[in-house]
Amino acid sequence: MSEQNIYLPHLMRIAAITDEAPGVRTFRLEFVDEAAAQAFAFRTGQFGLYSAFGEGESTFCIASSPTRKGYIECTFREVGRVTAGLADKEVGDIVGFRGPYGNIFPIEDWRGRNLLFITGGIALPPLRSVIWNCLDLRDQFGDITIVYGARTVNDLVYKAELKEWQERPDVNLVLTVDPGGETPDWTGKVGFVPPVVEQLAPSPDNTIALVCGPPIMIKLTMPILRKLGFAPESIYTTLENRMKCGVGKCGRCSTGRSYVCKDGPVYTLAELGQLPAEY
Amino acid sequence: MADQFQLSSASLDALFTALQGDGRRILAPTDRDGRTELNPVQTLGQVARDYVQTALSAKETVFPKVEQLLSYSMAPGQVELVDAEPRALPTVLFGIRPCEAGGFAALDAVFNWDTRDRFFNARMEQLAIIGVACTRKDDACFCTSVGGGPGSTRGSDILLTPAAGGFLAQVLTDKGRAIQALAPELFAPAAGLAAPLAEVPAAFDHAALTARLPELFDSPIWDDQALRCLGCGACAFVCPACVCFDIQEEADKKAGRRLRAWDSCGFAMFTLHASGHNPRPAQGARWRQRVYHKFATYPDRYGMLGCVGCGKCTRACPVDMNLQEHLTQAMAPVES
Amino acid sequence: MDLIEKAEQLLQSGDVKAVLGFEAGTGGTRRPAFARRPGQARRLVFDDACVQNLASYVTRKETRRLGKVAVAARPGALRALLQLMAERQIQEQDVLPLAVDAAGQVAELPTAQAIEEHLALEPGPVSARDRELLDRLGKLSRAERWAFWQGELGRCVKCYACRNSCPMCYCEHCTMDCNRPQWVPVPSHALGNLEYHMVRAMHLAGRCVQCGDCGRACPVGIPIHLLTFNAEETVHAQFGQRAGASAKLDYALSTFRPDDKETFIR
Repeated sequence: MSEQNIYLPHLMRIAAITDEAPGVRTFRLEFVDEAAAQAFAFRTGQFGLYSAFGEGESTFCIASSPTRKGYIECTFREVGRVTAGLADKEVGDIVGFRGPYGNIFPIEDWRGRNLLFITGGIALPPLRSVIWNCLDLRDQFGDITIVYGARTVNDLVYKAELKEWQERPDVNLVLTVDPGGETPDWTGKVGFVPPVVEQLAPSPDNTIALVCGPPIMIKLTMPILRKLGFAPESIYTTLENRMKCGVGKCGRCSTGRSYVCKDGPVYTLAELGQLPAEY
Repeated sequence: MADQFQLSSASLDALFTALQGDGRRILAPTDRDGRTELNPVQTLGQVARDYVQTALSAKETVFPKVEQLLSYSMAPGQVELVDAEPRALPTVLFGIRPCEAGGFAALDAVFNWDTRDRFFNARMEQLAIIGVACTRKDDACFCTSVGGGPGSTRGSDILLTPAAGGFLAQVLTDKGRAIQALAPELFAPAAGLAAPLAEVPAAFDHAALTARLPELFDSPIWDDQALRCLGCGACAFVCPACVCFDIQEEADKKAGRRLRAWDSCGFAMFTLHASGHNPRPAQGARWRQRVYHKFATYPDRYGMLGCVGCGKCTRACPVDMNLQEHLTQAMAPVES
Repeated sequence: MDLIEKAEQLLQSGDVKAVLGFEAGTGGTRRPAFARRPGQARRLVFDDACVQNLASYVTRKETRRLGKVAVAARPGALRALLQLMAERQIQEQDVLPLAVDAAGQVAELPTAQAIEEHLALEPGPVSARDRELLDRLGKLSRAERWAFWQGELGRCVKCYACRNSCPMCYCEHCTMDCNRPQWVPVPSHALGNLEYHMVRAMHLAGRCVQCGDCGRACPVGIPIHLLTFNAEETVHAQFGQRAGASAKLDYALSTFRPDDKETFIR
């Protein structure tokens, strides 16, 4: 018998489905095979390739925290063939999962530091994993501030958890929606994420910033953080690139000398500066 | 040297018989309808003479153009996964050139770094390579510019060099010695046999190229060179070192399979995101990626070039994207 | 005026931003060349070895980005330019076709009408050799012909050199790229190869200008141009229409005429 097949996925049963926002859904997945469930471990920041059998595989972060055992979660938007196949599934159906792949957010390096999360729309899922990981180890970290925005109130994901974070005294949650996206009873801010960050003027002292969002949000937020005094080594982001194998062989996510699936998806701004802007 | 022998053509024919008796199929270049391509052969007489290169590379023996990775059956609430075992036949690749033999190391670097690709390994294990050194070259060859040469032993288990009455044989590896052991009487001691090789003057210094590439990233030269590029996959598909692949799903309601297929960074949609964003939206960026991946990324990550200078890309290209020429041009001083 | 002089003149005056022609390539071949400055015009050659259909470039965005281009065009390219105009992919003012005669003298063909008049003097597109191959294929039994194509298409690796070198395959999102639904399997197995080439031949029936670039482009030597040539011959025989004859669209497969044959309705 030859070596193991690295392209063979685990079978996962959908244990729960949450409709987060129009077209966006979260799956809670449990390993069908008990031994695989026991052996599985991952670190925050990592991702997987999820199979809709019959359609193909798609890449999403693991959106749940490694501190929560017995399941993993992924959140996705229906945009194409595979995500449409996934969106069609019901609780009890089987999907595939290969992973965990990629590098990690080095949260043990951040002990005693303040954490600043800046994200928008459907880019919250990768950071949600980090947030819960840190909240589950709350006394290891200083202040935790989360700035999260979406186009409209309805487009905010993890609405129940946002309420939880809002109500926690040890989390500073700043929510915002784009101008025109507010509802009459909206009590959060109105404005795009970058100017909200600028207004908030978070201090860079002893702070790690994690920025995850659509390219335009990142492009406008990074200079604001730099202006506020954040060092490039203290700003973390995740890259997305088209992926197929997830294990650094098929060449699709190659960016400069980096494979986003192996050397990423987590990069500091300093590391990003070493790569060509082909992502 | 202890591992050098002489093989007459008659002995080589007898070796073919011994190899087949050992249950191995022999793949060699054959002439067919004016083309030279790899095909199964039984006798030395079927092997092409007088060829410089085959059009396709021999990588298909270890990295086929289509390969099944797994299959499954589906029922409501159920999926049964079936692992795929690669069917690797014991094979001898006879008559490929030293450049191509050197390409297998580049494939191995990708398929086995960090995690191991069972499909490649199963086939590689069953493969032995009897290379034939070059007494001829053409205008597309540039092996000596990339650290190779017409008599390079890299990647061959046995390297034959044409000589009077037959071949000079260098037995290089354990696999080579195992072949020799099938019929050791065929391998006569080499007695000062003259085995001249083709002259392949180096066109550029690849170490200097690798060192220079970082500063050339934003140069307009890549867009200029790529103006005539059609963005097809011919270069990547014929290249012995190119390994980019796609994973495709084929299924009906009840069953399906997942296949690996060749892919190319030259295709417009290779890096296209579901959002519609494309990190390499123009052909110049994709051409640049091809060059940089082979001459900057490979040396950085794998300690070797991703190019063996065989020239197959140049010959296969419908619009003559001559790699040697493009690289030499990139190295030239910038004209004002 | 010869091609080099004409190219220098056009680039000097700024009438065009690039002259698309041919230059010497590896081992005595010829390849497409873009002259963008007057000094680059000296590279241009035009002889019998210059065969590629340069019309494939005029719809590519990298070429369009340059601005108006002059094209040293063989009859196949001229037919393709007319067909592209008929299909509204380019307009007269986007390109300046240049015809080069046997003595190397250049004539500008700035309008569709000029191209049509020039082509009227040219012989038919299919070479004697290809005519002979088509006839030979036509004389085979259906089983023999099927076996022939199965053998040839089995060697295909789906590199799409044929599609990408074709002036009529200009779709930015090709049928082969579509995965909802997945019309044609992507991998290069027997079905994937056969379906791709059949779909392409059907998409070119009535549009193929019979330049033969696809067959020349194939890195494994499949005479794939014979499939589309045959589709074109069939459309011509059945409907009397030819691709590349005019800048006015006359596409058999999307045109209804009251006198169309209905003998297949029984």
